[in-house]
Amino acid sequence: MAPSAEERCIPVKTDLDIVSARVEGRNLARELGFGTIDQARIATAISELARNIVLYAPEGKVTIRAVVSDDGGTGIEVVCEDNGPGIANVELVMQDGYSTSSGLGMGLPGTKRLMDEFEIKTKSSVGTRVTVRKWLK
Amino acid sequence: MEVARIPILQIENYLVASIQTALHDKAATQFRDDLLERIYATKARGLILDLTAVDVVDSFLARLTGDIAEMAGLMGTTVVITGLQPEVAITLVELGVELRGVTTALNLEKGIAALRKMVEKENTHGAIG
Repeated sequence: MAPSAEERCIPVKTDLDIVSARVEGRNLARELGFGTIDQARIATAISELARNIVLYAPEGKVTIRAVVSDDGGTGIEVVCEDNGPGIANVELVMQDGYSTSSGLGMGLPGTKRLMDEFEIKTKSSVGTRVTVRKWLK
Repeated sequence: MEVARIPILQIENYLVASIQTALHDKAATQFRDDLLERIYATKARGLILDLTAVDVVDSFLARLTGDIAEMAGLMGTTVVITGLQPEVAITLVELGVELRGVTTALNLEKGIAALRKMVEKENTHGAIG
């Protein structure tokens, strides 16, 4: 998978940044040729991930870029990183309905369902990085 | 910080509010409070929450929408959500969000019709009003 020149980085600290991040994501998705339903999936996934940064970490960033698969397919990649406390039990947060905040507990498992690929890396008191991708079909 | 307020209109006994911009969390919470205060002040029997122009409903906004319906219900006001876009309906289901107990209608016109029916039914069942 080769990175592309097209990359947008949005610092995330407050709830205002959640909107900025998902608008950037939707714009890039549209430019890459994703249809309205996939644009909504991508924007919603970014919203969920960016909200986790605002809820659980002092700050973080969302990086959105176009990517090309090994077989030449076009995709969008979203990386959400924070310097928060990390997630103690990843298996637990990937369960529907589990939440430590006032959310619905649908954030991470829901985001995984909206996207094609989902990876999470987390380390206690270092931070969390979630990478998601959607491929143009 | 000052947040842009969403206009809440009154038609007969009903309130109508249409979200036209991307709502950040504080604006959404402010909107919920404004709605409940207007319901109390106007003694509205019903509320239409129109989401025609909303292109993203994440778990936060979904929860807030459900909360508004539940809170308004506690005050005796029936809520109908209208105009959910197809992509919003799809992402809500995939996300796993259930808007339980929330009545929805395709558009504003059908929403008003549904609201009338629900309020009339309440009246014939002897609700105090």
